[in-house]
Amino acid sequence: MEMISTDICIIGAGPVGLFAVFEAGLLKMRCHLMDALPQVGGQLSEIYPHKPIYDIPGYPTVKAQELVDNLLDQIDPFKPTFTLGERVEQITRQEDQSFIVTTNEHTKVHCKVIVIAGGLGCFEPRKPTIERLEDFEGRGVAYMVKNPELFRNKQVVLAGGGDSALDWTIFLSEVAEKVTLVHRGDTFRGAPDSAEKVFNLAKEGKINLLLKSNVVRIGGNGHLKEVFIADQANEVTALEADHLIPLFGLSPKLGPIAEWGLNIDKSAIVVNTEDYSTNVPGIYAIGDINTYPGKLKLILCGFHEAALMCHSAFKFVYPDQRLSFKYTTVNGVNAF
Amino acid sequence: MMINITVEDRNGERQQLEIPDDISLSLMEVLKASEYHILATCGGMALCATCHVQVLEGGERLGNANDQELDMLDTLPDAGSDSRLACQLRIDQSMDGAVFRILGATEE
Ligand SMILES: Cc1cc2nc3c(=O)[nH]c(=O)nc-3n(C[C@H](O)[C@H](O)[C@H](O)COP(=O)(O)OP(=O)(O)OC[C@H]3O[C@@H](n4cnc5c(N)ncnc54)[C@H](O)[C@@H]3O)c2cc1C
Ligand code: FES
Repeated sequence: MEMISTDICIIGAGPVGLFAVFEAGLLKMRCHLMDALPQVGGQLSEIYPHKPIYDIPGYPTVKAQELVDNLLDQIDPFKPTFTLGERVEQITRQEDQSFIVTTNEHTKVHCKVIVIAGGLGCFEPRKPTIERLEDFEGRGVAYMVKNPELFRNKQVVLAGGGDSALDWTIFLSEVAEKVTLVHRGDTFRGAPDSAEKVFNLAKEGKINLLLKSNVVRIGGNGHLKEVFIADQANEVTALEADHLIPLFGLSPKLGPIAEWGLNIDKSAIVVNTEDYSTNVPGIYAIGDINTYPGKLKLILCGFHEAALMCHSAFKFVYPDQRLSFKYTTVNGVNAF
Repeated sequence: MMINITVEDRNGERQQLEIPDDISLSLMEVLKASEYHILATCGGMALCATCHVQVLEGGERLGNANDQELDMLDTLPDAGSDSRLACQLRIDQSMDGAVFRILGATEE
C-alpha cells in the first residue's frame, strides 16, 4: 500500500484537530487528519449535531454541526487530507526521528510530528453482554454494516431499537435471505416512518420481528450458526443465523492511545502547558484528550492549545528555519 | 426536608445518601458530587446514556421517562424495564426511599 506523507499527522478530526490544520497552515505545515468515525466533527457531529453552542468567541450561538462545517471551510485553503473510518492503532518512530502511523486497515502515514486530538477516545460500538460474543467477531458478528453485499442470501439477525437498527432492517430485507430484528421493547422511537415500514414488513412476512426479546446466547463452530433469543417469559428459542449485527450506538473509549508510551493520568495524556507537548518529543496532545492543572474540556481551550502547539511543532518540521510570528491581518491566509 | 436514597455501586456495595429536597439537582449530579465515578459525557442532556441506573425499589413513584430518555436507553444493550438515566431524574420527594444501582460507563 502507498504511504501517505505529510508534515503533521493529526489523530482525531474533532473541532480541535480541525482547527489545528488552520494554525499549522499559517506556518506552512501540511496536515493529514485521521478519525475512526466515518465523518469529521468528533463529539459535535456524533453526539449533538443539532444543539446550539453559546461559548464560541464571536458566535453568540452556533449549532454544533454548523461550527464543524465552518471549520472545514476555514481550513480548506490548506488542503488537508483525510483517512476516515479507520482507527489509528500504532505509531512507530523511524531512525531519522520521523514517525509512521498505522491504522487497523493498514493505512500508513509518514510524518514529522504527531498531534493527538483524540477527545474522549475512539467512538466504538456498544456491545451487549453475550458470552463468547468476541470469539465470533469477524466470524458472523459485526457491529456495523460496511458492505451490504456480504449479507446477500444470508440469514441475518439484527438487535437494537434505534434508527440504525430500523434502517438496516429495511435495507437488508431486500438483500438477505432472512432478516430477524430483535428488540427489547415493543415500540420504536426512531423515525416514525421507518418504524411503520418495519411493522409493515413484519406483517407481510418479509422480516421476522421479535419484540420484548433479547439475544442471550450465540453458538457455532468457527463461524456463527445459531442465535438464542429469550422472550418476555424468558423462553429461549434457537434461530439459525449466519450473521448477528448488534446495533446499540457508539460510545468513546480511550483505546489504542493508552499503548503509545505516553504519560497517562485518568484516561488523559499529561502535557506541558508551554506547548502541549507530551513526554515523547514530536508528539503533542490537544483538546479533550490532554490533562494539566486547571484543564477545562472546552472547545475554545482546545483552539488555544492548537495555536501554541503549532508554534512548537514548527521546529520539527523546519529545523533550520526561525519562526517569526505574524498576525493573519498582515498577510492574510496564503493557500497551499 | 431530607430525602433518603440508597445507592448500590458496581461492586454491589450499598450506601445511604441524605439529600436536602431543595437542592434542585439531578440524581446524576448528586452521584457525581458523592464521588461515584460516572462519565456523564453529555453533562445531563440525555445524549450519552453514560449515567445509566437501574431503579431497584421505588421506580413506580418516579415520573415517567420522556421520549428522549427512552430513546437513549434503547442504545444500551444492558438496559431493562427498570432502567433510567440519572441525569433525567430530578431530586424531589418522589425519590425518597428509592434504591438505585449504578450501571453506566466509567472512565475505564
Ligand atoms: C452534549 C455535549 C455538549 C457540549 N457542549 C459544549 C459547549 O457548549 N461548549 C464547549 O466548549 N464544549 C462543549 N462540549 C465539549 C466539546 O464537545 C469537546 O470539548 C470537544 O468535542 C473536544 O474536541 P476534540 O477535538 O478535542 O475531541 P472530540 O470532539 O472528542 O474528537 C475526537 C475524535 O478523535 C477520534 N479518535 C480518538 N482516538 C482515535 C484513534 N485511535 N484513531 C482514530 N480516531 C480517534 C474520535 O473518533 C473523535 O472523533 C460538549 C460536549 C457534549 C458531549
Ligand atoms: S449524562 Fe449524558 S445521558 Fe445522562
